[in-house]
Amino acid sequence: MSTFWSLWIIGLTLINLVLVLWVLLANRKVAVRDDETPENRTTGHVYDGIEEYDNPLPRWWFKMFIATFIFAGAYLIIYPGLGAFEGLAGWTQENQLEKQQMKADALYSEQFGKYNAMPIAELARDRDAMKMGLRLFANNCAVCHGADGGGNYGFPNLTDNDWLWGGEPETIKQTLINGRKGIMPPWAAILGEEGIAETTEYVLSLSGREHDSELASAGAEHFQRNCVVCHGADGSGNHALGAPNLTDDIWLYGGQPQDIRQTLRDGRNGVMPAQKELLKESRIHLLAAYVYSLSLPLDEQQ
Amino acid sequence: MSSNLVAAGDHPVYDYKVVRQFAIMTIVWGIVGMGVGVLIAAQLYWPQLNDIFQPYTHFGRLRPLHTNAVIFAFGGCALFGTSYYVVQRTCQAKLFGGWLVPFTFWGWQLVIVLAAITLPLGYTTSKEYAELEWPIDILIAVVWVSYAIVFFGTIVKRKTAHIYVANWFYGGFILTVAVLHIVNSAAIPVSWMKSYSAYAGAADAMVQWWYGHNAVGFFLTAGFLGMMYYFVPKQADRPVYSYQLSIVHFWALISIYIWAGAHHLHYSALPDWAQSLGMVMSLILLAPSWGGMINGIMTLSGAWHKLRTDPTLRFLVVSLSFYGMSTFEGPMMSIKTVNALSHNTDWTIGHVHSGALGWVAMISIGAVYHLLPILFGRKEMYSVRLINVHFWLATIGTVLYIASMWVNGIMQGLMWRAFNDDGTLTYSFVEAVQASYPGYLVRFIGGAFFFSGMLLMAYNAYRTAQAPSEEKTQTGAEPQAV
Repeated sequence: MSTFWSLWIIGLTLINLVLVLWVLLANRKVAVRDDETPENRTTGHVYDGIEEYDNPLPRWWFKMFIATFIFAGAYLIIYPGLGAFEGLAGWTQENQLEKQQMKADALYSEQFGKYNAMPIAELARDRDAMKMGLRLFANNCAVCHGADGGGNYGFPNLTDNDWLWGGEPETIKQTLINGRKGIMPPWAAILGEEGIAETTEYVLSLSGREHDSELASAGAEHFQRNCVVCHGADGSGNHALGAPNLTDDIWLYGGQPQDIRQTLRDGRNGVMPAQKELLKESRIHLLAAYVYSLSLPLDEQQ
Repeated sequence: MSSNLVAAGDHPVYDYKVVRQFAIMTIVWGIVGMGVGVLIAAQLYWPQLNDIFQPYTHFGRLRPLHTNAVIFAFGGCALFGTSYYVVQRTCQAKLFGGWLVPFTFWGWQLVIVLAAITLPLGYTTSKEYAELEWPIDILIAVVWVSYAIVFFGTIVKRKTAHIYVANWFYGGFILTVAVLHIVNSAAIPVSWMKSYSAYAGAADAMVQWWYGHNAVGFFLTAGFLGMMYYFVPKQADRPVYSYQLSIVHFWALISIYIWAGAHHLHYSALPDWAQSLGMVMSLILLAPSWGGMINGIMTLSGAWHKLRTDPTLRFLVVSLSFYGMSTFEGPMMSIKTVNALSHNTDWTIGHVHSGALGWVAMISIGAVYHLLPILFGRKEMYSVRLINVHFWLATIGTVLYIASMWVNGIMQGLMWRAFNDDGTLTYSFVEAVQASYPGYLVRFIGGAFFFSGMLLMAYNAYRTAQAPSEEKTQTGAEPQAV
């Protein structure tokens, strides 16, 4: 803030407050105590039959007004408020946040930290750790993936042991740390509406869904030319690219013919946001174990 | 009601037609606005009510319709009508402006109808309480400037030496709302029904809440204090308690309110100094706000017994109690520490409604009950008993509303900040929503109470207007105070 604007703010603020204080004090000449009989003199004005008493300001009210001025003065000395003057306490909303975060980090790092050294596969079978993992999941992941991890349209099911990017403990952790971007490019311009219809029938055939075999065989050619790079020659997908397996009848954006046609036509853009700045290492470690545990056989889940 | 008939001395024939029009539309828009309010309260309890006629009946589209209808249609008509009445009678002058007077009535009704059409259609600037798109904003500005010309023109040609305190407040409200509306609505149009704000980022937020809070401070406070300063002493037939207090709290109120908007943006991208200043000014505002309440309530000293028999006076006095309560709550909620709990919770909704139902609506209802018999040349309302029933419906409705929102708000604030020992949040967001359901039901019931009172009022007003009247047949012309 430039000196001019700082002085501008300070000037306006103080002039306003001083003027209000002046109006208050200037009208206090006849102030009397509450318990004294009000004088009930009228001002002599009459408006449409309404008269006005010239009673003094109630004393308690006057005191309350002055008290708020005293509070305001003290507050503006201690905290920022008067332009560029930072206040004696050196308070800012940022350093208030940092202080609270440091306190929380100190308090909780031990609690989460003790699990840092434990391998994820082992941690996934630790009952106490998984209770904390559940809470972390409910706070941070459930909004998209559902409270039970069962997923939603566009958000993968985390309980079916079917993985876009791989389900090994360290891979899950990487997904959490850096996030993922699953991009299916749009094919409308290349395939045309007819090509999209044919390719759709072929994709349906890969998972054994009802399909038109004539169209599907035409679609197979489109598939070989355009899709195998990511989804593989047999359509079983590629974890390195996040390309889904098309043969397992598990669908992120729906498996109906019209869903698949839309996916082909317009493409898809799936985003898993990176958590490393938000959740930090030890919480991510615990969460990775929790997500891993969701795909364990039921009798091993905690 | 004998005070209504007190001779006002030698004065010109007043223009009561426009007052009558605004008084009737106050009741009509009150029913519409509060009806929509009850509907959206019900939608929060029974979400399937969103689907009555999608997307036009979706909560997101009806909510701005509700706020605009109750603030600007109901409250606006009450302010226009009472200010035109009060400024004439306290200045002993007929309204200035000729055709501008009916223009302000029909122009304002057009604004309201356009709002009722465009908001459900989804046209919005997305600025709270300023959602209307730019062509309507221009119409509002034109009507408002005409209003200022009529009002101040009447003051200029007054026959009294001084300007009565009610007119200070009405005048302050009219001038400031003009400035607020024009500055905040500045936008760059890209098509007939789409525009972008002239401001960006934190500055846009600050301008919006400078406007938003002063819509409360000037539209919903200063304007209605003007109403209070006429109708309370008039209905109680007592002198105003303290002229000095009027002076001090008027100047303090209008000069401090203008700073307070920043308290809507605590812990945001707004610079720290602006937030603190908003909070400090909001706290100083407590005394000036209470000045109005004291001056109104103390005006009754020596006339308290009238509350037993006069439900209209009861409306006016209870509105002052709610005013005092909300203006204590407001400064408290502006304190950063309290705001950290209350912000984004139902507490805010409760606070707004203790002002909107308890203060704004109740004082307007009281004023309209005072006006109707005079405007239609009757001795009193068709049924004073029904006014009494209306009073209790309104009071119980308001209390149910604000109590349920306090409980909900504080509960939500506490649930959102509850931590487990391991630092994770105890509740997910939806658990707080689930816990709010009982409060939503109570709020709906409270709103329905208040709304049903308005229906009684409409019936009572209709019967009053229809009743045979000696005065009417005798004068044959505009009824006026005799």
